[in-house]
Amino acid sequence: MSALLAMIHRDLLLVMRRKSEVLTALFFFVVVTSLFPLGIGADTALLRKIAPGVLWVAALLSTLLGLQRMFAADYQDGSLEQLALSPQPMVLLVTGKIIAHWMVCGLPLVLLAPVIGIQFGLDVSSLTVLMATLLLGTPVLSLVGSIGAALTLGVRGGSVLLSLLILPLYIPVLIFGAGAVYANSVGLDATGHFSLLGALLILALAFIPWVSSAAVKIAIE
Amino acid sequence: MSQVNNFSNHRLVNWFQLSSPSAFYPVAGKLIPFFWALTFLFGAAGLWVSFFVAPVDAVQGQGYRIIFIHVPASWMSMFIYLVMAAWAGLGLILNARLSAMMAQALAPIGAWMAFLSLWTGAFWGKPMWGAWWVWDARLTSELILLFLYLGFIALRASIDDPRRADKASAILALVGVVNVPIIYFSVKWWNTLHQGASVSLTKAPAMAQTMLLGMLLMALCFWMYTIAVTLMRVRAIILEREAHTDWVRQLIEVRN
Repeated sequence: MSALLAMIHRDLLLVMRRKSEVLTALFFFVVVTSLFPLGIGADTALLRKIAPGVLWVAALLSTLLGLQRMFAADYQDGSLEQLALSPQPMVLLVTGKIIAHWMVCGLPLVLLAPVIGIQFGLDVSSLTVLMATLLLGTPVLSLVGSIGAALTLGVRGGSVLLSLLILPLYIPVLIFGAGAVYANSVGLDATGHFSLLGALLILALAFIPWVSSAAVKIAIE
Repeated sequence: MSQVNNFSNHRLVNWFQLSSPSAFYPVAGKLIPFFWALTFLFGAAGLWVSFFVAPVDAVQGQGYRIIFIHVPASWMSMFIYLVMAAWAGLGLILNARLSAMMAQALAPIGAWMAFLSLWTGAFWGKPMWGAWWVWDARLTSELILLFLYLGFIALRASIDDPRRADKASAILALVGVVNVPIIYFSVKWWNTLHQGASVSLTKAPAMAQTMLLGMLLMALCFWMYTIAVTLMRVRAIILEREAHTDWVRQLIEVRN
């Protein structure tokens, strides 16, 4: 357990020393969501309707931006090999890296979403649901993305490849996340969506750290 | 004689021996013409039934006949993904080269089947629904399946070390196989506009017997085609990846 906390602490420390990388992903989220009204027009009813989808797709893409950093720097300077050689189980260390990634790339989106949501004219209950779905969904994005980050380590054109591998796997999260906000806005019950998002999170938490650590081991073999 | 030969004589076919590329290569070469013959046999019978025997559909007219290509292609695209993932997983667990090569050989065929299914589906959808494309559950998940195939092929192609490519793509295929039902159901709940399944195991098929026969014959034809092309691809992959070995250099087709 202390290894997990040490890993999270180390990754967060590294991020804090290079704040620009994190801020870039957040800034990307804000810019992309702001582009939609400019492209579509300032029709409030239309914007309110597309807001959940736009916010969720932007969240998907900005999570993707941060994913390459999850293992790449450690892979290049050899510390990933040192981690694999350490007596601590690799699964714990990978889980620590995933949690750190979520705290840096996922959590800020949850906090930022209401501000963007207001721009799209969402009401308070929609904003609450949106934040709750992001809170449940973004960890899944970090978890699933870690597989792609590990598989594309040191690969030519890794960043483009990563998006091709991972975006199709993000679809269920996108559907249930945006679906919950939409269902709530038209007065339907959104608990089903929340249950499914929770189920995805539990499934991902239970299996993906093992898959990702296997993928990391293949990369440094 | 050597010990190996004594051991192999115990059974009609020694499957473990076949897992070596050098043993599999000539066997695959002998099987290919057989499967091509079956492909043409089933294909000819299937096309004859589907064009001349099967009646005109009461609602859709002649246009429905694209079903005889569309449905087998869709079936194969889904089935090949399962088989591919199974081979990839086997290769990962047993560390067997040939299994990974099988997965590598199956991926492009599966991708083509998915593409064919979408393409014929568009041709079918235009006259029947009045749209080339609708955002329906089955169409969307077939499209996503195509993306999964392309991801697998792209990952394989971008890793230079073949053994690492085998393992990495195997993990991707296994993750994909777990995700396919999740994606399917999520897309299904998201939107359903497609007609209900016309073939199901629980109730009697809602189509004429001859139509079903034509479809099954075409499906068999697609099966045989897939096997034949897979074996051809595997042979090419073996030649490419085992080019440094003596037995490949001894082959007549390589020496010429």
